[in-house]
Amino acid sequence: MTPEKRQHTREEPRSLFDPAIVRPALLESLRKLDPRVQVRNPVMFVVEIGAAITTVAWLIQLFGGESLGGGHQPAWFTFTVTVWLWLTVVFANLAEALAEGRGRAQAASLRAMRTEATAKMLDGTEKSAAELVRGDVVVVCAGEGIPGDGTVIEGIASVDESAITGESAPVIREAGGDRSAVTGGTRVLSDRIVVEITQEPGGSFLDRMISLVEGASRRKTPNEIALGILLSALTLVFIVVVVSLRPFALFAGTELSETTLIALLVALIPTTIGALLSAIGIAGMDRLVRRNVLALSGRAVEASGDCDVLLLDKTGTITLGNREATEFIPMPGVSEAELAEAAQMSSLADETPEGRSIVVLAKERFGIREHDFDGTEPTFVPFSAETRMSGVDYNGTQLRKGAGDAIAGWIAGEGGHAPPELRAELDRIGREGGTPLAVARDEHVLGVVYLKDVVKEGMKARFDQLRAMGIRTIMVTGDNKLTAAKIAAEAGVDDFLAEATPERKLELIKEQQADGRLIAMTGDGTNDAPALAQADVGVAMNTGTQAAREAGNMVDLDSNPTKLIEIVEVGKQLLITRGALTTFSIANDVAKYFAILPAMFAATYATAGEKGPLDALNVMHLGTPESAILSAIIFNALIIPLLIPLSLKGVRYRAIGATALLRRNILIYGLGGLIVPFVGIKAIDLVVHNLLGA
Amino acid sequence: MVQGYVQIAIFFAVVLAVVKPLGIYMAKVFRGERVFLTPVLGPVERGAYKVLRVRPEEEGQDWKQYAKSLIVFSLLFWVLLYLILRTQGLDPWNPRGFHSAPWDVTFNTVSSFVTNTNWQYYGGEVTLSYFAQMAGLAVQNFVSAAVGIAVLVALIRGLAARSGRSLGNFWQDVVRILLYVLVPIAVVGALVLASQGVIENLSGYTVIHTLSGGTQVLGQGPVASQEAIKLLGTNGGGFFNVNSAFPFENPSGFTNVVEMFLILIIPASLTYTYGRMIGSQRQGWAIFAAMAVLLIAGTVVAYVAEQHGTPAQHLAGLHTHAMDGSTGGNMEGKEQRFGIASSALFTAVTTATSTGAVNNAFESLTGIGGAVPFSNLGFSEVIFGGVGSGLYSMLLYAILAVFIGGLMVGRTPEYLGKKIGAREIKLVALGVLVTPLTVLLSAGLAAAAPAGTRSLYAGFTPQGFSETLYAYLSQANNNGSAWAGYTGFLQPHGPGNVGAYGISFTDLLGGLVLIAGRFLPILFVLAVAGALAGKKVSPAGLGTMRTDNPTFVFLLLGIVVLVGALTFFPAILLGPVVQGLSTRLF
Repeated sequence: MTPEKRQHTREEPRSLFDPAIVRPALLESLRKLDPRVQVRNPVMFVVEIGAAITTVAWLIQLFGGESLGGGHQPAWFTFTVTVWLWLTVVFANLAEALAEGRGRAQAASLRAMRTEATAKMLDGTEKSAAELVRGDVVVVCAGEGIPGDGTVIEGIASVDESAITGESAPVIREAGGDRSAVTGGTRVLSDRIVVEITQEPGGSFLDRMISLVEGASRRKTPNEIALGILLSALTLVFIVVVVSLRPFALFAGTELSETTLIALLVALIPTTIGALLSAIGIAGMDRLVRRNVLALSGRAVEASGDCDVLLLDKTGTITLGNREATEFIPMPGVSEAELAEAAQMSSLADETPEGRSIVVLAKERFGIREHDFDGTEPTFVPFSAETRMSGVDYNGTQLRKGAGDAIAGWIAGEGGHAPPELRAELDRIGREGGTPLAVARDEHVLGVVYLKDVVKEGMKARFDQLRAMGIRTIMVTGDNKLTAAKIAAEAGVDDFLAEATPERKLELIKEQQADGRLIAMTGDGTNDAPALAQADVGVAMNTGTQAAREAGNMVDLDSNPTKLIEIVEVGKQLLITRGALTTFSIANDVAKYFAILPAMFAATYATAGEKGPLDALNVMHLGTPESAILSAIIFNALIIPLLIPLSLKGVRYRAIGATALLRRNILIYGLGGLIVPFVGIKAIDLVVHNLLGA
Repeated sequence: MVQGYVQIAIFFAVVLAVVKPLGIYMAKVFRGERVFLTPVLGPVERGAYKVLRVRPEEEGQDWKQYAKSLIVFSLLFWVLLYLILRTQGLDPWNPRGFHSAPWDVTFNTVSSFVTNTNWQYYGGEVTLSYFAQMAGLAVQNFVSAAVGIAVLVALIRGLAARSGRSLGNFWQDVVRILLYVLVPIAVVGALVLASQGVIENLSGYTVIHTLSGGTQVLGQGPVASQEAIKLLGTNGGGFFNVNSAFPFENPSGFTNVVEMFLILIIPASLTYTYGRMIGSQRQGWAIFAAMAVLLIAGTVVAYVAEQHGTPAQHLAGLHTHAMDGSTGGNMEGKEQRFGIASSALFTAVTTATSTGAVNNAFESLTGIGGAVPFSNLGFSEVIFGGVGSGLYSMLLYAILAVFIGGLMVGRTPEYLGKKIGAREIKLVALGVLVTPLTVLLSAGLAAAAPAGTRSLYAGFTPQGFSETLYAYLSQANNNGSAWAGYTGFLQPHGPGNVGAYGISFTDLLGGLVLIAGRFLPILFVLAVAGALAGKKVSPAGLGTMRTDNPTFVFLLLGIVVLVGALTFFPAILLGPVVQGLSTRLF
């Protein structure tokens, strides 16, 4: 599959009713009727048992028996209820099968990437890629696939990682540093690298990704388990409600058939959420993968919704990553253009982003492009850690630029002295959070170049968004406090950690956690690994080192540090969808009571020829007792497929504060859940009773 | 009706005024701090610790130890009370020479008083000696109330704890609750009641000649001392068979207000105590608000329904409005000196709080008016509820509401910063649901079993069903009020109560329901407290669901009403609702 096509599938998820997914899902939903599968979902298992009992009840009636439990109900009624009970279970299976199917479609496209490659070992032998173990060392040349996950230990190469990231531009992978990790299934485009394998057989990144999106390795998350317990408890309550209703009814001289009681039970137990619960979880993972994030566990996804604090590296995340020249400040007696020209000349050979930005600024401001160096051959002096300066010598002139005190020292050595204005400017720029670079020609200081960290566009808005979600952002930087404070204020983060070292970062995380906060962070370097492991949600950049990728519990294939916002949203959506459908499911019961109970007790305490007093509760004016019960049970079944799209897409999360969000969801799913079934059951009754004559 | 509403409003205002001062006082007591009574009662307190051999400052208990102490304590008092009641023939102060009630009735009665229920299959003045009432029942009224409050205090400590597993010391809690809260207020309450005409003596029964020429035997006894704690401890067991409807227990409109006031002050003030102990008064007020809304709603419904009168009255063309010299409305089973408003208010207050004292006959309420006691019991006694038990049950509901609401705001649910995980939700669900389940199972059994239907008074009618359902609702919820008629004790009025016998099935089933309805939730509550005690507290942020604002109160109300309604709707349908809907048959 080409990268472009992969991009397409990620960004525009297939239609929910793509026949390629629906058809196998339908089959699968029948296969899942196996009680051994159902027993894992107590709510639906109860429905299945109920369906089995009514099936028996119908068979008894078919062979001339009385309706089981009394009540003299017609066989067609028992049959119809039975059909809809089975359909309820099938619909629940369908929801899960559809979610799994969508994941499997993703997995299939990933699996196509997995090649049956042979690996060339460093010692010249060959080995099947599937047999590689941790510690093997392989050689990969241009045009070859990388046989497994590992770390580059020698060489540099450009690698096509579109297979997993969907990004077609090649990336650089090199030994040492923070870009040393390579992924099995990707392809080397140029050069040759030596890779040490870091995976065990079958445990590669691609393997994990496939099993995750397929839902094969899905484990229930803590909240899902807790909700499952609540749903089981509710089911138990309703079983007791229905079981005790028989003696109550007999006390009032009313016989109730098993079919009626089971219909009531199934209508009451939270089948809607019970049916959709696992689909919601699978779809949540699926949504993350579509955003190119690979979560190693559902627990991590859920935790991301709970995050209180987000640690972000300044460089590359909040700022563009490189300082840029923004101003030339000449010393007295020097013109700005003169300074700009000298600064540009001294930077021509400087390939650092700062150097380039000086060249560009001079060009933009003063149109300076050409230099003839007085017709002589210039000698460029490269930056060294010792001198902390770089520059150029030509025709007996020496141009130097560098840190303020380095230049001052150099001038003193040349016999000049720095003007007092230099110190003043250096201090001022430092105070403002910028980096000053002094420029000197021979023994004269010409002026200062103001280098500034440039905050990425739109960051402030994103932090505001996070704040509205209840998440504080802490910027982490190696800069001094002054600089850090300045940038923090400009970017709009809530707090910052200046002069950060990996140890201080780890300490900060532990401190925050001790206060009960959940921490999310992103990182890419090997020295981020301890912090990534300590954080509750550690998102490693795919461009990072293997150590970082293993320490975190998520990997962002796009290596976009602000992706965390989307991850948090997906985590929250997961919980909201579950909570909303639970509320909806429980609220539905009120209407079902008003449909079924008057039907059950329509004749109780009735005087001859008249309806009983409880018929007054038939507020929906449903046609007959049979049509009322059928309508409730049909509504109960149909609401499941109707809500499948919602459970797969998730309830939308809005960063409007918890109280407003709660009020909104109570209104929609609580009050909505009260009202909708009244309308739905009445509508179904109109069809069942008035059109079909039940 | 305006006058009635004014009465009701003034009553609630007076209760509200006490909430803060009493709440602060109780918080001090529970924290072991000095209060103004310490100079007097301090030596007694220290003496009690010596006798009990506890060193409260050093001996914090985890939830299991706390529960163990509580069970041992309750079991000892169970045995003691059983012995007292079964040896009644040997008691002093037994002017009528009553023999002991049979074992099965005694089993029920003992379980009833140890569980703070005071469900009574017996009539006090025709069954018990003064000694049994004083040394047996009145003592239980104090200690069973103290147990309920102690459990609440333990739960609050678990919620407020920042670390560790200690929930405090049960023995210390019980001693301090008794000494500093229950005894002093009960003494003052008894004096006030006695000053208003509630009797307090050990005389023999008096025989009077009535205006119509008949004779009547009037029971006497140490009533005032038992009356105050009966109400203050939300016990509700009357000295006399007709409870607070009897003039010797509740002689006037004023004592009626005092009695309702005694019922509500501790449960209402505990919400303030709660807020204080967890360090957020708003949290306490939120719970108070939820409770108050339901109590006021119940009161208004009962008042409107009773004032409206019965279908039979309307069918007969009688007018039911209040006019000069007549209260109008449904006066069947009500006392003239209380009238409709005070009877409706008493009905709502006593059933909402698991007290169960009555000043009117519930079985004579109108269909809708009768739905109020049913609903209050159906909501599992969380509307102020029993002393301690009402609030601890409500806090379980709060955690349940937090769980569902918390999911809806997209965070792992947390209450007071403590995350609610699988273990907590399991315990909370069990704690919330065990009582309703007990009611349904026992009422179902009683309705189906021939032995159970022997207890019926009204037979196989909706009224008979109401009796059955109410009996088990009341016993499981530890309320103690009755839909009279249903009985487990038959007294043919032989001298010394000879020849009386119990209906064993009804007595035993009831006794087991009483114990299950009290101690199972207590165990779950303590387990929740233990689970929460060691949890870290996460600071609240914008994304955290708040539990101290109107939205949460609304959610909490919704959950309480929905759980109650979904559990009991079918059952209540066949009792009071049928009665309310039918005008011809019943």
